[in-house]
Amino acid sequence: MTATTSSLYLKAEKLVKKFGNFTALNDVSLEIFESEFVCFLGPSGCGKTTLLRAIAGLDIQTTGTIEQAGKDISALPPSERDFGIVFQSYALFPNLTVHRNVAYGLENKGMLKPDIEARVMELLELVGLPDQGDKYSAQLSGGQQQRVALARALATSPGLLLLDEPLSALDAKVRSHLRHEIKALQHKIGITTIMVTHDQEEALTMADRIVVMNHGVIEQVGTPNEIYDHPASPFVADFIGTMNFLDGQTAGDNCVALGGVNMRVDGTQQADDSSEITVCIRPEDVATRGVDANSENAIEATVAELEFLGSVHRATLDINGDRALRFRADFSANLMRDHAIAQGKSVHVAFPPDRLHVFGDLTDKAGAP
Amino acid sequence: MITPSIKAPPLGTAIKPKVSGEDWIMRVVLIGIALYLLITMVFPLYAILSKSFQTDKGVFIGLDNYIKFFSTPALFWSIQNSFFVTIITCLIVVPVAFTFAYALTRSCMPFKSLFKGIALIPILMPSLLPAIALVYLFGAQGLIKGALLGHDLYGPIGIIIGESIYVFPHVLTIMLIAMSTADARLYEAAQVLGAGKIKTFFTVTLPGVRYGLVSAFFVCFTLVITDFGVPKVLGGKFNMLATDIYKQVVGRLDFEMGAVVGMVLLIPAVFAFFADRIAQRRQVALLSSRAVPYEPKPTPAFDMAMLTFCIVIGAIILAVLGTACFASFAKFWPYNLSFSLNHYDFDLMDGGSWDSFFNTLELAAWTAVIGTAAVFSGAYLVEKTKGFETGRGIMQFLCMIPMAVPGLVLGLAYIFFFNNPGNPFGILYHTMPILVICTITHFYTVAHLTAVTALKQMDPEFEAVSSSLKVPFYRTFFRVTVPVCLPAILDISMYLFVNAMTTVSAVVFLYSPDTALASVAMLNMDDAGDTAPAAAMGMLIVGTAAGVRLVHTILSRGLLRRTQAWRYR
Repeated sequence: MTATTSSLYLKAEKLVKKFGNFTALNDVSLEIFESEFVCFLGPSGCGKTTLLRAIAGLDIQTTGTIEQAGKDISALPPSERDFGIVFQSYALFPNLTVHRNVAYGLENKGMLKPDIEARVMELLELVGLPDQGDKYSAQLSGGQQQRVALARALATSPGLLLLDEPLSALDAKVRSHLRHEIKALQHKIGITTIMVTHDQEEALTMADRIVVMNHGVIEQVGTPNEIYDHPASPFVADFIGTMNFLDGQTAGDNCVALGGVNMRVDGTQQADDSSEITVCIRPEDVATRGVDANSENAIEATVAELEFLGSVHRATLDINGDRALRFRADFSANLMRDHAIAQGKSVHVAFPPDRLHVFGDLTDKAGAP
Repeated sequence: MITPSIKAPPLGTAIKPKVSGEDWIMRVVLIGIALYLLITMVFPLYAILSKSFQTDKGVFIGLDNYIKFFSTPALFWSIQNSFFVTIITCLIVVPVAFTFAYALTRSCMPFKSLFKGIALIPILMPSLLPAIALVYLFGAQGLIKGALLGHDLYGPIGIIIGESIYVFPHVLTIMLIAMSTADARLYEAAQVLGAGKIKTFFTVTLPGVRYGLVSAFFVCFTLVITDFGVPKVLGGKFNMLATDIYKQVVGRLDFEMGAVVGMVLLIPAVFAFFADRIAQRRQVALLSSRAVPYEPKPTPAFDMAMLTFCIVIGAIILAVLGTACFASFAKFWPYNLSFSLNHYDFDLMDGGSWDSFFNTLELAAWTAVIGTAAVFSGAYLVEKTKGFETGRGIMQFLCMIPMAVPGLVLGLAYIFFFNNPGNPFGILYHTMPILVICTITHFYTVAHLTAVTALKQMDPEFEAVSSSLKVPFYRTFFRVTVPVCLPAILDISMYLFVNAMTTVSAVVFLYSPDTALASVAMLNMDDAGDTAPAAAMGMLIVGTAAGVRLVHTILSRGLLRRTQAWRYR
């Protein structure tokens, strides 16, 4: 990953931001490397936008420091920092043409008119709108406005690009198209980029690294694969993708007990026997094909519900008829046919040891089935 | 490579955001406008307050003046009179304006915009004018004096009729705004649930406009209790607080008692102001951005009834305007009604002159230009300055005070403050600039609120974007904010212009022979018995205000077409 090869570009240390009695950021520290594409991901109110605005200097943190390119920028106003920004609303100047919008930051730098002209054309071509320069923003579609805002933010060649939920206001098709375009553009010009989003799919497809936030703290920082495959906390496990949460007990080294069945788990820490824990597995990780009672980590379960999702069926299964041990697993269409799987039928499934995640006892398992 | 960082402050210490040069500019201008309001409003108000506790020699005597006020029946009965007239007027005008607004927004009657235009005419009149027209209709030589069944026009009856006409358009405007926010989805829901028309009216319509009604009531209350023009012409022996201030100061030169009456008048005005603010805030909260606008469906009987109602009200307003117009051109009312321009020869009249008319134009022009610039910049800075919460809070408060201060109180306060020999600003006394300053301050609040509303509709991130592009805020202000807000800016300038033309209350204490104003000339000519020339001057004001308004509409339409091309796809 880029993170390991590039040099440190932005460093936030122990950021705290308070709005009155409310703590929006609580001791957040983070390092971002040059040319990296980083996503701040989390539910609304998690502090991701607050963190972005602190980095931009729009809402300066209460305590803590921020360094950008080796310079302490903690207290600087936005005008003395080095960044371009795109907002969810785009904030295009409605009374200026696309061309004037993109040229806005250049005109102020005392650039010569032909140079400005050339740079604006270059940028409009970069975002794929070379012949829209004379239009006003109200005459453009949402996706086009988005690109103009991007061109305007890049015009002055800032060292850092900040994107605040840039795709949220667009419809699904345009959004997925622009996702690829923005990512490709970022890769091409190599600008360090931070994007705030609440959409996990967006973060997983675009980011080099994801910063998952909740309640003003960072839950996990990692590549999309790390975040998805090795969630560091129950919150991350639940927030990204779909996850089953099952009540279990520790049962010695690398072993847990689930509904009376002992299962091997890769790489759990040692714990006292029989302490309450939560065992997690994703529905798509539950092994369903070629499993019998003798397979490793096999368990017998009853199909309680079936949900058709197109290419797969998502089954809700009970172990020993115990609702606390209810979990979901994906069955392919083939398997459904071959084994005549139906509601009320008993099946054998297995939980692969490398796919199980174990967390300490969770009193509050938000989103658990 | 990780470059060694410049020494950062130790962790855990609070970050003190650096104030940039631009922030300083914003703060300095903001403080400048706040100082302006301090000098032109707060200091004068303090001067009038302290005067009410002093003798004419300036010796502090505590509450003696107030004791004198409350032990002189002729004076304190005015409180009762003022409240009586004001509340009766509110009880008449608010339901009438409600019905009129209902007709305009919830019926399918024809000629809506015509009736709206007629209903708003009184805004262009000094309040003296409807009063003078009533004299011609119901006075001793009135056309239809029998309609009062032998009751005297001069007194509460005349004042109530006159005030009702004067405040009607102001109350109507508030009702129209409240009604236009109706959500069609609520009406559909009521219909689907089987509610009848009457039930829908009481469960959907009325609750939807309840805060608008409260606000309309208090605005009506403030306008009537502080109005000076109507009771001046029609008061007769019926004393009211507003006319008492004038009588004490101009008639008896008892400035201290004038100050006391002013303070007494200030109390209900301030109370009504706060009640109105609370109501307005709630009304805004009712607004949902997802509301679907209500489209009335034709109901012939109902639409007919509404049309009849509007015709009656429209006829009354046109009759008042028509009477004043007719009287101003009649040779010698009521004996010789042939056409004559004699009454427009103001230079021959006692207390009137054409100069006063041109002074009024000058005042209105300066007020519109300077006032709009100050108000809009002030509103922008209050909304957009970063940090500096205390300064912005104080400024926000200062901007709201003028609405609570009756014009007469402000004008009298100016005498005490600017005519004080020790005041360096005293050179302004009896000049055009003090009239401009006083008028801007007097009408500051409504203009400020219009500007704030327009600014709040702008994307809040414009400033963030331009600072990220290293463009200074003033450049964005002139290149983006002002052009985008141009419609609101033109509205503000029009509002200030019209009010500067029609106002009497504050400037009546401040003019000099060289800066006499048309509205004041009206007052003086009427005082001297030259009623027809007063009506003529009133018509001139209405005509000019209407003409300027027309030009303003045409100009702004042309201007908008050129500068607001982006509004149309």
